[in-house]
Parts: sequence; C-alpha cells; structure tokens
Amino acid sequence: MIKVIDISKSFGEKKVLDKARLTINDGETFLIIGRSGAGKTVLLRSIIGLIKPDSGKILIDNEDITYLDKSRLNKIRKKIGVVFQGNALFDFLTVEENVGFMFYQHSNLSREVIREKVRETLELVGMRDIEDLYPYELSGGMKKRVAVARAIIYHPKVVIYDEPTTGVDPIAVDKIASLIEDLHRKLSTTSIIVTHDLHVGLKLADRLAFLLGGKIIFEGSQEELKNLKDERIIQFMKGSSEGPIKETEV
Amino acid sequence: MGIIKRIESFFNYVGNLNIFVKDIFFWLFSGKRNIKNLVREIAFIGIDSFGLVSLISFFVGIIIAFQTAYQLRIFSSEIYIASLVALSLTRELGPVLGALIVAARSGASITAQLGAMKISEQVDALDIMGVEPINYLVVPKFISLVVSMPILVIYADFLGIIGGYIVGATKFAIPFHFYFKMTFDALVYKDIVSGMLKSVCFGAIIAFISCFEGFRPFSSSDVAKVVTNSVVRSFILIIIFDSIMTAFFYFIFI
Repeated sequence: MIKVIDISKSFGEKKVLDKARLTINDGETFLIIGRSGAGKTVLLRSIIGLIKPDSGKILIDNEDITYLDKSRLNKIRKKIGVVFQGNALFDFLTVEENVGFMFYQHSNLSREVIREKVRETLELVGMRDIEDLYPYELSGGMKKRVAVARAIIYHPKVVIYDEPTTGVDPIAVDKIASLIEDLHRKLSTTSIIVTHDLHVGLKLADRLAFLLGGKIIFEGSQEELKNLKDERIIQFMKGSSEGPIKETEV
Repeated sequence: MGIIKRIESFFNYVGNLNIFVKDIFFWLFSGKRNIKNLVREIAFIGIDSFGLVSLISFFVGIIIAFQTAYQLRIFSSEIYIASLVALSLTRELGPVLGALIVAARSGASITAQLGAMKISEQVDALDIMGVEPINYLVVPKFISLVVSMPILVIYADFLGIIGGYIVGATKFAIPFHFYFKMTFDALVYKDIVSGMLKSVCFGAIIAFISCFEGFRPFSSSDVAKVVTNSVVRSFILIIIFDSIMTAFFYFIFI
C-alpha cells in the first residue's frame, strides 16, 4: 500500500504540491489525473523518491521513504517499476541490455540466463527478435513496450506509468492501454497511471485522484466520480474551456 | 543581473562543482567498474581524437619551425629549430593544444550527451534502478580522459616534431639524424614529465566541467548554451591551470 500524507513541494515561489494526500491500495489500478502542469509528475517523482517533498510523508508498505538514505531507498525501489514518459531507454545499449539492465547491474546471473529472461519479458509485452536492436531503430510504440518490459522484468509489486500514451499514434494508444490492462491482470501488480488522457485513464482505473493546483481535489472510484457535483471536475471531464478552471490555472 | 547576484551565482557554481568533484572521487574509489562502459569511453575520448590531434599537432610543428627559423636565420642558427620545436611542444603546446582539442571535441560531446540523458529522464531511470549516475556515467569518462590525455599528448608531441623536421629537412636541409639529435639533446625528462602532469590535470578539468555542466538542470532549449558554457569554462580553466603549473614547475620543481 502507498500512502501520500499531506506532501507539499515548492520550486522557488511556485507551490507545485499543496498538502497532497492519497492512498493507493495493493492490486488496484490507480489513476492520477489533472491538467498539464498540475503537479502530477512532481507527485509521481516524490513517490519514487526522486524529489524530496518540503513537508509531509510518503509510506510504502508502511515504511516512511521520505527521508530515507540512498541504500535503503534503493531496496524499497526494487518493489517499483517505472515507465517514464519519454521511455528513458539508454541510447547506447541494445534492447537486451536495456531490458536486462537490473540483472546486469545487480545480479550474478550469466548472460544466457538474462537473455532468456529478457526474451520471455519481451514476449509478454508482445515483442520478439528485437534483442539486438538499439532504441533508435524502434518505432514509438515499440520503444514504449520495451520500456514496459524493462520496468516489469524484475517483477515489481508496483508499476508506475508516467503519461504512457503521450507521443504515440491513436492506434498505438489503444494497444498500450490494452497492454497495461493485460499486464496488470497477468502480473497482479499495483498499477499507477499518471496521465491527462481521460479516455485511456478511465478505461483502466479502479480508483482515481484528481489533482488541481497542487491539491488532490478528489479521490475515489469511478462511480463516485460520476456522482460528483464539483464544477471543476465536470469541466475537466467535458474538456470545456468554459467553467471555474481558467486557462492560466493548472 | 546585479553584481551581488553574479557573485552569489559564482560561489554557488563553485560550491556545487566542488560537491560534484568530491562525489566523483568517492565513486572512483568505491564504485563497481563496468569494463565495457570504460572501453567505450576510452575509444570515444581517446582513440577517436587521434585524427584531429594528428592533423593539428603536425601543422603546429610546421608553423613553429617556420616561425623560429624566421628569427634564427638572423644568427644563421636554423639548426636550433629542432630544439625549439621539441621544447615548446613537450612543455607547453602539446598539452595545451591537446587539451583544447579534447575539450572542444569530447568535452562538448560529453556535456550534450549527459544533458540529453538528463532531459530524457535516462539519468532518473538509472537512479530508480539503483545505479548511481555519477558512478555509471561520469567516473568512466573521468578515467578515460585522465588516461587518454597523456597518451594523446605524447602522440601530439611526436607528430609536431615530425612536422618541424619536414620544414628542417626540406627548407634548411638538416639531416634526419642531426635533427633528432638536436631534438633529444634539448629535451630532459623533466620536460616530458611536466607536460604529462599538465595533460593529466587538463584531462581531469575537462571531465569535471563537461560532466558537471551536463548534469546541471536545464531545458532542451538551453542545450546549445550549456555546451558552449562547458567548452568556454574548460578553456578558461585549462589556461589558468597551465599558467599556475608552468609557474610552479619554473620556480619549484624544475
């Protein structure tokens, strides 16, 4: 279980997160949604320990990770796989070296064993015979699948997808959504999806949180969302420029 | 920007650079080395620089030979071209030119590469997967630069001397054996050692500045500015440290 308790973060004068609070239960697909610049990525980076919040705390399986030292944090991070927005595949490594990176760095497994694990994981995300290619030889959709393979190869308990459908074509968007759904079912992980793509998000989410101006203004199930009378959320769901959320407000 | 802000920003820069250098040395002695990574860096920084270093040092040898001959012919002492070419290259021009070439070529590329990795979240990905980015990305570049620079400089010295010999042989008819006797008679081991020490120091400077600049937070629109800063700051520090080391060798060591 992941608990975010009243975290705040400012960059200079700008307050990006303001006492954000949410709970993500084991095994659920949790959606963090909001406008671009609402603080979604900062929230996500705080959850994985890349950003230290100014106040508040983050509990992963009841362990406070907010101010942990690097070695302890790295142990906790092994429970989490991250699919970055731009995939973050290492340009100078082959697909095999990218996907098997954790094993090459942290295990004594032989290359043959790692290669086999990579092959199996790539098949799980619908790819084969690309182990020796470099990331620049892959299409956008293929890169995303390789990035997903890298995030799940060590069977993390939680998989985080940061804007998984940004920059891919509409057909690939649907395929990526199906892939996330499929992997969630097969691997029984907790999936956290951070996106502003409502269509994909609502297709996948069990529960969701809505972030506006650095605050979580809603957390609950899709049913609860539908029954909500908050004008700001209704405006966002409709995708309308008319309403309480102004153009300059994130 | 006001003067106070500039001073504050300068001390911030120096402070952060200092922490960065300390981290490099920490990981240099405590981190696990990836041989494949190291070989790739040495190939890029060292081996791939040989062509450019060859071209420039060879022509610099020719230029020094002509410039010294211009003065020496007044005294009919053109034979000393060999000694002057050898001394100026090994003590000064070899290390400095080699360092400027590597800073412009490899330093710029290191900054751009690390900057691109940072922007595309590859550095964060390393961090998330429990791999220390400084150990994995920066230390191999530091080792490669410190190892490659003295080798490149010896090679640059040699090619410069060959360039000087071509002028000596073709324009002033200095025989091969006589040219090289004058070259090696003029050189003492301290000349070579001081050049080597300078080149190691310059290699470290290029590694510190180019990696530090690449690791500083910036947006994709700032890449060109950051790469330019990296090269300019490396040049400035190379020249400052060259002056300090030259004075040191003059007064104390040699």
